[in-house]
Amino acid sequence: MNPVNYLYLAALLFAIGASGVLIRRNVIVLFMCIELMLNACNLALVTFSRMHGNLDGQIVAFFTMVVAAAEVVVGLAIIVSLFRSRHSASVDDASLMKL
Amino acid sequence: MENLIALLVAAPLLGAAVLLCGGRRLDRAGHWLGTVLAAASFVVGVVLFADMLGKGAEDRALHQHLFSWIPVEGFQADIAFQLDQLSMTFVLLITGVGTLIHIYSIGYMEHDERRRRFFGYLNLFLAAMLILVIADNYLLLYVGWEGVGLASYLLIGFWQHKPSAASAAKKAFLVNRVGDMGLSIAIMLMFTTFGTFAFGPVLESTGETSEGKLTAIGLMLLLAACGKSAQVPLQSWLGDAMEGPTPVSALIHAATMVTAGVYLIVRSGAIFNGAPDAQLVVAIVGAVTLIFGAIVGCAKDDIKKALAGSTMSQIGYMILAAGLGPIGYIFAIMHLVTHGFFKAGLFLGAGSVMHGMNDEVDMRKYGGLRKYMPVTFITFGLGYLAIIGFPGLSGFFSKDKIIEAAFAKGGTEGWILGSVALLGAAITAFYMTRVMLMTFFGEKRWQPDAEGHEPHPHESPKSMTIPMIVLAVGSVFAGGFFAIGDRFVNWLEPVTGYEHGHSPLSVATVTGATVVALVIGVGIAWAMYGRKPVPVLAPRGSLLTRAARRDLLQDDFNHVVLVRGGEHLTRSLVYVDHSLVDGVVNGTAASVGGLSGRLRKLQNGYARSYAVSMFGGAAVVIAATLLMRAV
Repeated sequence: MNPVNYLYLAALLFAIGASGVLIRRNVIVLFMCIELMLNACNLALVTFSRMHGNLDGQIVAFFTMVVAAAEVVVGLAIIVSLFRSRHSASVDDASLMKL
Repeated sequence: MENLIALLVAAPLLGAAVLLCGGRRLDRAGHWLGTVLAAASFVVGVVLFADMLGKGAEDRALHQHLFSWIPVEGFQADIAFQLDQLSMTFVLLITGVGTLIHIYSIGYMEHDERRRRFFGYLNLFLAAMLILVIADNYLLLYVGWEGVGLASYLLIGFWQHKPSAASAAKKAFLVNRVGDMGLSIAIMLMFTTFGTFAFGPVLESTGETSEGKLTAIGLMLLLAACGKSAQVPLQSWLGDAMEGPTPVSALIHAATMVTAGVYLIVRSGAIFNGAPDAQLVVAIVGAVTLIFGAIVGCAKDDIKKALAGSTMSQIGYMILAAGLGPIGYIFAIMHLVTHGFFKAGLFLGAGSVMHGMNDEVDMRKYGGLRKYMPVTFITFGLGYLAIIGFPGLSGFFSKDKIIEAAFAKGGTEGWILGSVALLGAAITAFYMTRVMLMTFFGEKRWQPDAEGHEPHPHESPKSMTIPMIVLAVGSVFAGGFFAIGDRFVNWLEPVTGYEHGHSPLSVATVTGATVVALVIGVGIAWAMYGRKPVPVLAPRGSLLTRAARRDLLQDDFNHVVLVRGGEHLTRSLVYVDHSLVDGVVNGTAASVGGLSGRLRKLQNGYARSYAVSMFGGAAVVIAATLLMRAV
């Protein structure tokens, strides 16, 4: 199968994630869209790694996963505390730099 | 001997410092201290004079270098004095007449609780004037010049509780500032032209300088002289200066202040000799003021203001003579000295009259005072005869010489200036006779004042009459002493230079014409004020009379042109400032503020709008990278 198709898929996923980030207001959905974008990148990295026949891309993909995992931890913590203080899961309610 | 020169200034300066800083404890002795120090200065002057007479004409000038004032490379200003015949003449006049006025003031100011301060100011006045006349460079002269301005301000406004005196002092100071600007510009021009402002080098090197520069310097010096000597167009302060105590008027008009302008022009004679145009302007200013002051003097009912108009006119004679060049310089100074005697005498006489009349100054409320104040009458009368140029008295010799010199100027100018001077002599005779008749002759016209006090005219105390007698003697004999045998000409010639003018008219003709002018003036005055009783209330008078009562509309002119003009100018400048300058500044600020307002909208706090910026930015970077690669 032609690897370029994977790149198209990755671009599609990235676009879906990006538009989700821009359009949706729910923090959890936003967060999931960010994850979608990260994984689209991972897919692209792995695809390029395959196309060029070296492992650099795959290793970077692993790094991305680790960072994403850490980010999920921090991000979820922020979301929880945000929800506690504002009783809302909408990002637009968190438009001020103070409580 | 030259070490004594500084003493001339030091004595009155010390007096001023002690009296002004000494405080109340000097109240009882202050006036004596002031008088003694003024007299000490006079004695030093006489000693120096005697020494000077013992020397040959060429090496009479003394120099004293006290210290370097501003020693900068290429700019040397020294505190140094020069005493030559011209300075000596002024020193004797200033300290001599000044001392007499000090003595007179002891009596005149007896009931004033600020008498000590008054004497301090008088001493300051003398010191400043002495610095002015014995300075050996223009910068030190300027110091004295400003000192005279300051002292006149303090003395004219001495009765500062009267708003009229306070504003008269301010007026004198401000008008003088205009002239002072002229002097400072002249000194700057001298420095750029000659590289120095010491009298010697400046006046000796005028021959190598272009006429244009000399004319510019000359005109600026004339402006300065106009301010101090109350010449048209800067004469408006002199009439108001009568608000000061009468001894101050005598001092300003006879010995100090107004003579400074004449001194400046005669001292700078070499500059004017090299600039005939400036010299002609000097003569014209003198001639115009001569008539102007005389007309004002004719209309005033206030005895001091009538005398002030007369001073303006007599100084006009001196400036006219100084504008004639070497044929006139010496006569300008000679008239200045004789005028110093009779004008001081007249003012002290007027003060004595006021002293006896409860400070009434309106001559229409005098009349018949000769019986009540015999000494004042005789001394005033001698001063009167001297100023109108009665044959044989001081004014006759000095004024006659000026009229002769004016005719000797030659050409049409000579005829015009000479005729103006002759006309001035007739008007002088008219207004002085008017003063004399209204004050001392006719019916008594005084009335009880508002509180019902009838004035009891009486003779003044000895301390006032003795100076008047001394000055009257001077007014009678000084002119003859100077003129006969050309004593004064020989005395001053080494300093100012002298050319004998060749008049198209013979000396006898000019003298005859002067006497005829005198008789006409006296005759008209007698017809108007001697034959008929003088009305107590001033009649309405002709248009000219009413204008002359208002100083020939000088103040109105100043008000309309300068004050109003200045107001309009400042208003339009404020308008330009508000609309144009502020418009640019505020416009810039408003546009920056508006732009920031727009830009601030980007910072709305919504995470997704930041995300859009990030995506947009990333898209631009990627597009740019691709584009660069494609190119």
